[in-house]
Amino acid sequence: MEQTSLSGGFADPSLDAADAFRAVMQAMARPGRMYEIGGAVPPAPLSVAAGTVIMTLCDPDTGVHLAGACDVPALRDWITFHTGAPLVDAARATFVVGAWGDVPLDALPIGTPDYPDRSATVIVEMETLVSVGATLRGPGIRDSAQLNLPEIAAFQRNAALFPLGLDFIFTSGAQIAALPRSTKVT
Amino acid sequence: MSDYNFAYLDEQTKRMIRRAILKGLAIPGYQVPFASREMPMPYGWGTGGVQLSAAVMTGDDIFKVIDQGADDTTNAVSIRRFFERTAGVATTQATREATVIQTRHRIPEAALSEDQILVYQVPIPEPLRFLEPSEVETRKMHALEDYGLMHVKLYEDISAHGAISTAYAYPVRVEGRYVMDPSPIPKFDNPKLSMAAIQLFGAGREQRIYALPPYTDVVSLDFEDHPFEASKADHPCALCGASDSYLDELIVDDAGTRMFMCSDTDYCGTRRAKGHVGTAPTPPRQEETT
Repeated sequence: MEQTSLSGGFADPSLDAADAFRAVMQAMARPGRMYEIGGAVPPAPLSVAAGTVIMTLCDPDTGVHLAGACDVPALRDWITFHTGAPLVDAARATFVVGAWGDVPLDALPIGTPDYPDRSATVIVEMETLVSVGATLRGPGIRDSAQLNLPEIAAFQRNAALFPLGLDFIFTSGAQIAALPRSTKVT
Repeated sequence: MSDYNFAYLDEQTKRMIRRAILKGLAIPGYQVPFASREMPMPYGWGTGGVQLSAAVMTGDDIFKVIDQGADDTTNAVSIRRFFERTAGVATTQATREATVIQTRHRIPEAALSEDQILVYQVPIPEPLRFLEPSEVETRKMHALEDYGLMHVKLYEDISAHGAISTAYAYPVRVEGRYVMDPSPIPKFDNPKLSMAAIQLFGAGREQRIYALPPYTDVVSLDFEDHPFEASKADHPCALCGASDSYLDELIVDDAGTRMFMCSDTDYCGTRRAKGHVGTAPTPPRQEETT
């Protein structure tokens, strides 16, 4: 285990997690809107925002799947040390982290008609986050919002599954934005 | 330095509740099961709301609690003190100053802003529970969007009473999908359920969390020929004269003289501070004096 795996946690776990969660909750409640988030410093290649989301929400109850280039020993050790979350394959994941092209969307749990909440949350690492591109409509959005989604068709398919489906948190640097399954993308 | 972890709950419990909140926001109106903790207050005193407040609270929050609109009732005072002691947060009675508002059975009269969060205490989260006692069955009904029974219930109201007699906990349909219990708020408050603030609902004993993101489409169930009506007592407030607020009815003497006053104490107090005055108490009902 590298020394870097032991550092980079919250300085004040309770208050830092509370602040971070508040930003994540606002993001999930207002799809497409960007929020600043921080407190955790994960090893490369993970962004501060993605690391902070993991630190805020993951623990021994949540399986985490590291997709593609994110699946590196330093990050595995960091998540294991700080959160105790088991690292699992995509089919059993509660949280998935990776670049858009690496995330195995079709393999992830989307919930069941009885329990649509038993679905994965996907943390998508992005180059940048800007309010241009796809148009978002739905709960949490007064008229419409815009976000540079990596593609459109996959999110339209996901929204069509409602109330089943995946929920997405996009991260770049210290910024996050979210796209729950309830949002209609055009 | 407090002897408690920030906001009482341990961090793993907060994470569990926080994950449930996120799924609730992603599936508006769906009741997310969560592992409700035993709280240092009895079930029915807002344990669901308290756990939600503890999970969303930050050190910078200004916290307000209302019980049927009032800041100064036992339940509201004790929950406010609970978070003063365990989280060290600032508290207020002014609706516009608060960032997190925990409520029992009312929505504040003043419109809430995007910077505020409204947390509801919910006794029975399942709107179909009194029609179908089995959780297995109601879960299936939600999954299949089978809400005919609820419409039959409202129809039976009309056939028996000439109108839908449900006055509180009036069922709503969220985004055309889930039928949801808005908690026992008076139906007067139902039109306010589409608002700029995030709304979180917590039922401690029943172990359910659900949510409404801002600007969510919330429709009170009704029929074309019996449209939904947000009703209130047909009086102005006896203290501040407001004719647009929800009123409590109070018997003030042995002769049955009644007083109608705002249930939202902050709304009423703010109006009185601005110089609004009310009307005289209302005479007893005719049928009561004969």
